[in-house]
Amino acid sequence: MEVRVQNVRKEFDRFPALHDVSLDIRSGELIALLGPSGSGKTTLLRLIAGLEQPTSGRIFFGDEDASSKTVQDRNVGFVFQHYALFRHMTVAENIGFGLKVRPSETRPPKDEIRRRAHELLELVQLKGLENRYPSQLSGGQRQRVALARAMAIEPKVLLLDEPFGALDAQVRRELRKWLREIHDATGHTTVFVTHDQEEALELADRVVVMCQGNIEQVGSSDTVYDQPASPFVYGFIGESSTIPVAVRSGEVGIGNWATGLSASNEADGERRLFFRPHDVELIDAKANGISGTVVATRRVAGAKHIELTVDGLPAATRVEIELPAAHPARISDRIAFRPSQWKLFA
Amino acid sequence: MADPALHAAQPDVPYISATTESRLWRAVLMAVAFVFLGVFLVLPLVLVFMEAFRKGVEPFFATLVEHDTIKAIQLTLTVAAIAVPLNCIFGVAASWAIAKYEFKGKAFLTTLIDLPFSVSPVISGLVYVLLFGSQGWLGPWLKSHGIEILFAVPGIVLATIFVTFPFVARELIPLMQEQGTGDEEAAISLGASGWQTFWHVTLPNIKWGLLYGVLLCNARAFGEFGAVSVVSGHIRGQTNTMPLHVEILYNEYNAVGAFAVASLLAGLALVTLVLKTLLEMRYGGEIAGARRH
Repeated sequence: MEVRVQNVRKEFDRFPALHDVSLDIRSGELIALLGPSGSGKTTLLRLIAGLEQPTSGRIFFGDEDASSKTVQDRNVGFVFQHYALFRHMTVAENIGFGLKVRPSETRPPKDEIRRRAHELLELVQLKGLENRYPSQLSGGQRQRVALARAMAIEPKVLLLDEPFGALDAQVRRELRKWLREIHDATGHTTVFVTHDQEEALELADRVVVMCQGNIEQVGSSDTVYDQPASPFVYGFIGESSTIPVAVRSGEVGIGNWATGLSASNEADGERRLFFRPHDVELIDAKANGISGTVVATRRVAGAKHIELTVDGLPAATRVEIELPAAHPARISDRIAFRPSQWKLFA
Repeated sequence: MADPALHAAQPDVPYISATTESRLWRAVLMAVAFVFLGVFLVLPLVLVFMEAFRKGVEPFFATLVEHDTIKAIQLTLTVAAIAVPLNCIFGVAASWAIAKYEFKGKAFLTTLIDLPFSVSPVISGLVYVLLFGSQGWLGPWLKSHGIEILFAVPGIVLATIFVTFPFVARELIPLMQEQGTGDEEAAISLGASGWQTFWHVTLPNIKWGLLYGVLLCNARAFGEFGAVSVVSGHIRGQTNTMPLHVEILYNEYNAVGAFAVASLLAGLALVTLVLKTLLEMRYGGEIAGARRH
């Protein structure tokens, strides 16, 4: 089922949580809403579910306008961050709940409900636990039950709010892989919210990067990482370094120093240069580039992070680059480099 | 299992907490607490039963089967049977509204629910006299329509509802606030209607807290004196509840009768206390109010 979010705005007590957001979710895709807390990603998810009503704008499920439909009528599967399992029901009863509460004309018979619950338990790899209560399960198992419960109603869309947020790192990685497998097996259109970029990039077909109630960029993992559309995306996804620069006649310079980077399509003026710390090549000190003095070095896993003051900029402006661990750079050494991948923003 | 060898190896120094007083002080404090409770609470309770049976078992039962006593017991049961369910419904509704919705005046509503705790019951009784009395605001109109409230069962029920009003709500509000709206949202996202959500999800989540509130509400409904005394009119056999009947018997120098009825109320209090303690022991985590009452 395609989901189309059209010019949706949401205010809480006059405070805007989402500004005029539009998003097309393709049928069968696994899409991540990624952003820091307060970016509006959970609000957007809850609006799609119908747990919140938009202040303005529309939400379409396929060609159907779902904006005025209630949560019950939208038929979405929602998985909550803290599972929200019904503590007084067994695992099987939890999974069967959505079928049990249907009106009598569409409600499957009891045996059928039980059979569905068993089938789903098998799918989420929890066979044999149907008579346990939620308090007798681990966090990861609870989240699997929550997913099975959401899938039991054969939802048009699966919505997951920080599905792995309350789990420890080991279980997170396991469940991530498992969710991808389930998605590939069932083909549900799935939207999940996360603040963990690694999770979003690894799991999703497309990533929606959000900040302060706006969508900053929508694209595949490669696109948002390699071609960030805004300074925020550059800074939020992966590591980034930034230097204030000036463009003059198509050349990027720092003060009076030429960097050897050409920006022929850019008008003259002040800019910020963004690049990944590992996308740099060291150059000869005499060539045009960014040169500076090492003020700190840190060994991080297989690489060496080096902090520099940059010639032509105040000493308080530091920039970080990443070099192979074996590089001999030490404090107060001189280094010159040029970013191999970079972008300018106003 | 403790390993005796290992125990012996432990240094024989008793654990002393920084906030622990000396042994003497502890003994004094505990003695004060026990003596105080004994003199002011346990002794009167024991006296109630002693007085009730002072002339033997027969006069005790003779009082209980008297027409007026039976009527008083019936009235008390009737009033509680109306007031407790109504306050139960009101308490759940108010807690639901306060815990699950955001609205203006929420703090005010919460304060208002506590009002009966801070107002003297006599005053709440007088308010009903002002409202429904023959000189009151609604009294003449009601009288002309043949509806009697004051000095009749409806007045007693109203006064009882007023004073027992906060018990269920105060018990449920913190509990429901703590539980949040996650379970309800999950239920409606699975297609459950509002009523199904309440019945299958909310109610099971709050049932022990609700029972606890009902228990306290019921005990107070049986025992309420002040408010009921003002609105009842003290008509023997008609508008006398058990506590009022105790007073009448006592004023008539019928000590055995008075204490016999009082012993019933005291017995109810003891049963309530036992049930309350059992609930707290078994379901303490699900009874938010257990930490306050």
